[in-house]
Amino acid sequence: MELLLQQILAGLATGTIYACIALAIVMTYQAIGHLNFAQGEMAMFSTFIAWQLTQWGAPYWVAFFVTVAVSFAGGVLIELIVLRPIQHAPVLSHVAVFIGLLAILNSLAGFLWDFNVKPFPTPFGTAPLFANGFIDAHQAGMIAVTLFLLAFLYVFFRFTRVGLAMRAAAHDPVSARLVGIRVGWMTALGWGMAAAIGAIAGMMIAPVVFLEPNMMLGVLLYGFAGAVLGGLTSPAGAVIGGLIVGVIENLAGTFIPVIGGELKLTIALAIIVVVLVMKPQGLLGRPVLHRV
Amino acid sequence: MTALLDVYGLHASYGPTRVLHGLSFSVSDRGVTTLLGGNGAGKTTTLRAICGMVARTGEITFAGQTITRSSTEHIARLGVAHVPDGRGTFTRLTVEENLELGAITRRDRNDVVDDLERVFGYFPVLQKRRGQQAGTLSGGEQQMLAIGRALMLRPRLMLLDEPSFGLAPRLVHELFDILTTLNKREGVSLLLVEQNAALALELADHAYLLETGRIVFSGAAREIREDEKIRRSYLGY
Ligand SMILES: Nc1ncnc2c1ncn2[C@@H]1O[C@H](COP(=O)(O)OP(=O)(O)OP(=O)(O)O)[C@@H](O)[C@H]1O
Ligand SMILES: [Mg+2]
Repeated sequence: MELLLQQILAGLATGTIYACIALAIVMTYQAIGHLNFAQGEMAMFSTFIAWQLTQWGAPYWVAFFVTVAVSFAGGVLIELIVLRPIQHAPVLSHVAVFIGLLAILNSLAGFLWDFNVKPFPTPFGTAPLFANGFIDAHQAGMIAVTLFLLAFLYVFFRFTRVGLAMRAAAHDPVSARLVGIRVGWMTALGWGMAAAIGAIAGMMIAPVVFLEPNMMLGVLLYGFAGAVLGGLTSPAGAVIGGLIVGVIENLAGTFIPVIGGELKLTIALAIIVVVLVMKPQGLLGRPVLHRV
Repeated sequence: MTALLDVYGLHASYGPTRVLHGLSFSVSDRGVTTLLGGNGAGKTTTLRAICGMVARTGEITFAGQTITRSSTEHIARLGVAHVPDGRGTFTRLTVEENLELGAITRRDRNDVVDDLERVFGYFPVLQKRRGQQAGTLSGGEQQMLAIGRALMLRPRLMLLDEPSFGLAPRLVHELFDILTTLNKREGVSLLLVEQNAALALELADHAYLLETGRIVFSGAAREIREDEKIRRSYLGY
């Protein structure tokens, strides 16, 4: 029983990271109607920036906040430079651009920082939280940081004017323009925020998975699974979906011996396929309506 | 009277299809102009062209400023509130959020709070439903919400695309009373597109009649109202 509880807690810890990536994906999806496959690589690149800053001697939290700011700016720039020009282009052009972005960021990180696995610092320590615990201080810190982030985002979108304008622009860009909202700026802002959220997720998970250019591959898949599970149209759904995927991953890895470590990634893909077949709109998403 | 909105030689097209062929008309300051015409005449397109929602050429001036090349959001910020065909409600947001969005570009935040109360004064039903998702309102309630949201901008000019569409007769009269009040008391100029020509001509001071993207007749609303021949041949009543 206690093992189960602890495994659930540990699952929630990684689940918060999947929730962040899922949320970043959903925010972008709502703003531009496309899935950003490069979200994980953007987060990985941000994490390398943080690592570089700490290598240069920056204290952890300085590196953390500088990285968040730089990532935000980077996200805005990617939207302005790469996506704005193709905003009316068909889906396949977007897919091509995202895959290109993914490959560029991946090889650029490899070129700048090589492919050797690097340890990444944690500000919380790694002492076990309970006497016989599976969940350690870093996992607890990870949960705290992401919960804080999610609360911040909730307040931002729910109670600020910019948040309201961003939601309006995502729901109905034409009507948003009619009330004077600069929809283009809102999209860029959304990209900046998604990149910053990804950066935080990357820095939180890096001490666990270690730092290397391919570190986010698994995380991105789980994030996608969470987003699909919760419904691509619902930010709250994405968060819940991400948490559920984290718990399922952990429980399956522990209690179903065949799955172990190697097959765990298959679970993410299985979740995506099952949800798409059984309930395409996800747990909290709106069904896609087609006029008949 | 000086013109608040001046449109000269307006052409507009959807892709390669041109639908407006050189319209010229104006809305005087604090005045009411109505655009009449049958289905597909180009009334909706005219309002869209003014707001930069379709490709257009010609010369559009609002309050002395050329807006022919301005973006939709910029034109809204100048004080042009468009109540579009199909109402443009943010269906997944609440009634109150919709109204707040109407005022989203305004800096005078204290007055916005007063204006919200003012809109609730005009449309009490919106106050009752303020926390409800806008998509769950009835058609008539959504029409009121659309007009309420436009008011939240404190517009100088309102573009109204068939505001009476789908409303019960009693509500139509209530709505036109409110529009009259807005125009007379608050000095909001109106450009009104209506199927209900009789009603529109009562409110308007000037009328233009559109047929397949051209103005075929224009004049003082009073004259048209009183000229049976024109009414018969163009307006069918
Ligand atoms: N999105 C569009 N794409 C292509 N053609 C369009 C589009 N919208 C309207 N049209 C065409 O432009 C012409 C004018 O349409 P518009 O909607 O302006 O007419 P209207 O006067 O508002 O008619 P109604 O009284 O039915 O609302 C019509 O021939 C219509 O078919
Ligand atoms: Mg129309």
